[in-house]
Amino acid sequence: MRLERRESVPLALVTTAPLAAIFAALLLAAGLIGAAGVNPLTAYAEMLRGALGSRLSITEMLTRATPLILTGLAAAVAFRARLWNIGGEGQFYVGALTTAWIGHSLGLPGPIGIAVLMVCGMAAGALLLAGPAFLRLRFGVDEVVTTLLLNFIVILFVGLMIEGPLRDPLAFGWPQSVPVDGDYRLPDLVPRTRLHIGLLFAIAAAGVVWLVLTRTVFGVETRAAGLNARAAAFAGISLPRTIMGVALVSGALAGLAGAVEVMGVTGGVTTTMSPGFGYAGIVVAMLAALHPAGVVAAAIFVATVFVGADAMSRATGVPSFIADVIVALSLLTMLVALLFTTYRLRR
Amino acid sequence: MTAVLELSNITKRFGALTANEDVSLSLAQGEILALLGENGAGKTTLMNILFGHYNADEGEVRVFGETLPPGKPRAAIAAGVGMVHQHFTLAGNLTVLENVMLGSEPLGRLRSDRASSRRKLMAISERFGLPVDPDSKVSRLSVGERQRIEILKAIYRDARILILDEPTAVLARPEAERLFETLRGMTKDGLSLIFISHKLHEVMAASDRVAVLRGGKMVAERKTAETSPAELAELMVGRKVERPVREDQKIGAPVLVADRITVTDDDETKLDDVSFTVHAGEILGIVGVSGNGQGALGSLLSGLIHPSQGTLTLNGVDAGHLGPRGLIEAGAARVPEDRHAEGAVGEMTVWENAVLERLRTPEFSKSGFVRQSAARAHAADLIKRFDVRGARPDTRIRLLSGGNMQKLILGRSLAIGPKFLLANQPTRGLDEGAIAAVHAELLAARAEGAAILLISEELEEAVQLSDRIQAIVKGRLSQPVMAADVDSRKLGLMMAGVWEDSNAA
Repeated sequence: MRLERRESVPLALVTTAPLAAIFAALLLAAGLIGAAGVNPLTAYAEMLRGALGSRLSITEMLTRATPLILTGLAAAVAFRARLWNIGGEGQFYVGALTTAWIGHSLGLPGPIGIAVLMVCGMAAGALLLAGPAFLRLRFGVDEVVTTLLLNFIVILFVGLMIEGPLRDPLAFGWPQSVPVDGDYRLPDLVPRTRLHIGLLFAIAAAGVVWLVLTRTVFGVETRAAGLNARAAAFAGISLPRTIMGVALVSGALAGLAGAVEVMGVTGGVTTTMSPGFGYAGIVVAMLAALHPAGVVAAAIFVATVFVGADAMSRATGVPSFIADVIVALSLLTMLVALLFTTYRLRR
Repeated sequence: MTAVLELSNITKRFGALTANEDVSLSLAQGEILALLGENGAGKTTLMNILFGHYNADEGEVRVFGETLPPGKPRAAIAAGVGMVHQHFTLAGNLTVLENVMLGSEPLGRLRSDRASSRRKLMAISERFGLPVDPDSKVSRLSVGERQRIEILKAIYRDARILILDEPTAVLARPEAERLFETLRGMTKDGLSLIFISHKLHEVMAASDRVAVLRGGKMVAERKTAETSPAELAELMVGRKVERPVREDQKIGAPVLVADRITVTDDDETKLDDVSFTVHAGEILGIVGVSGNGQGALGSLLSGLIHPSQGTLTLNGVDAGHLGPRGLIEAGAARVPEDRHAEGAVGEMTVWENAVLERLRTPEFSKSGFVRQSAARAHAADLIKRFDVRGARPDTRIRLLSGGNMQKLILGRSLAIGPKFLLANQPTRGLDEGAIAAVHAELLAARAEGAAILLISEELEEAVQLSDRIQAIVKGRLSQPVMAADVDSRKLGLMMAGVWEDSNAA
């Protein structure tokens, strides 16, 4: 038996691949749930009910999906250009920290201040990824290593700041930064829930990213550089400029996720505010086959698993860590599914 | 004579594509059979079936009268069939002896018996006139020497029938001639050979018999002595193919001038004090054995590398440091050596590839957005003008055949009416029909007054197309000679680097 490259990939296969991957991941996780002594079907039913069963649970799920869309876009943009940005988590945190810090005492009216803070969060994320991109271009340093390790440095730095200069004096010793000014909290999308208009920003960002990738010179050049760097260089596309441009866009999207989460949900920054949004963004991007529209759908799936797992855990006693297992498994099954969309098995 | 090998009624399908249809073939003891056909005619598929890499859907393979079980390369080896692939399968970090022994020793053995292996290898080497140093590392050997190791490896495993897939694809002309002499000698020792080729001259020179495949079917078999290159070309392509002929024309003013250019990279001198001039309406041919600096010359004229010393001028303006886009704006067009690696992004569409070089010009973009309809229309125009078959603007370019991809790349370059055109190995790997089309386009551009620099390892091509020829050896260029005044002997000497002596004399 051997793998043979497909002449062309039918659209039906492209769209069913992620669904098949998710199904396979759920099937594999069912084994673990069964081992925990719970009927997997009951568990999954609880999970669905917990995430989609009521108006409140749906808004919770969408609240969770909002930063995932943005970190998913960040990973998708970078991966398309073969820039392996594993540092979404760190970029999320610097975006969040910058927003809380500047937003605490920014003397601007509400909407303008919100726009300024978003730009600040994006700039912080972009700058954080610019470093590893520069090191790769100048010295050939592998960005997988640098971006991954920067995550830990950033989170420890956030810890330092909220224990020190940015400590919230009103938090009764709770390790939390000063909150953004009340004027800069994002308005609710659905009253009396946590769902805020950040969701609309995230969806709009997906639309803009799609437009940039498919319609602009930058998008076409980025894709060429990612698919065949030598041919792109031959055609006169500057690889350093492309990589740096992609790094700035990718970092900015992850930084925006942090800014939106602070202004929309948490107000201040804690070292535990992200349940791995940056890392889950990688899974979201892969499940979406790096397509911006797919990112929105994949983020909703991952958010459903995360939110639903908590409810399922309360109802059945299966630890909610199963959510991480399902998300991680779906990344692995998606990689296999991608293999079979590009190749077919022959004997 | 008895048949040592028989393929009968072989049919192999890949999905909708029939790669081989009812093909029968036999090989006699001590015979050299050429399997001739264009790219995609099914030659390699047929040999892979014979060797057990593929299973045939119908038909069978008999070696020395015994039917081979399908899909078992080891059975083919045991029956005495050896295959020398187009892309070598040697481990560069091992010695010649280790490579030859690799895979032919039982795994369970604790110590490998080098001494007797060495004796056996040296005996074969002497008997078949294939000299080797068993202790040199394969990575230090030239391609010609590596091919010799591949042949030795097959004979070492007691092959009585040898299959060579495009054996001269990587060899320079003298190396190829030497190879065929060796093969001829080997048949006297009882070996039988099949070699796959799409080059007419070597089929005529080296084979006893020719089998012609076209579109997966066996269309003809001829005794080599009773056929002609013209007949074989027609059988192979299915219609009459004639390469266009260069007509004399007046040469214009100098367009591209290289003055004493040296290119160094990591302390290695890639081009050494190189000077040449290409005039309007002229084709200057650069010939040479591969790996003598053609790559650096191509990169220099593509704007990818820059002169360390000396100057390059295009229409009197310094062009040595322009980069790819700057060169294109200055009126240069480039056809790269490797169309898959440099010429096209395989996963992108024809229209994207057609405009990739000029994406930032007002013709194809406006305030950062791609003008898709203009780009698609341009691609459709190129497809029509340059007869790119099987392509539409939205086809992914990797689905095109080599010849059609090359026509598109050439079309993309010629569409701007370039003042200077670099054509780097423009017909490598193409079949006769596509070669004729590419030659016709190059000559048409020359007639329109373009200055063309042709880098080629095919001597016929260089002589047919060029007005003047210079040889490249170890990064240095010979003085130009008029193509009308040279014969293959003189060119051979030039390519061997003897011009300096002859100039001095």
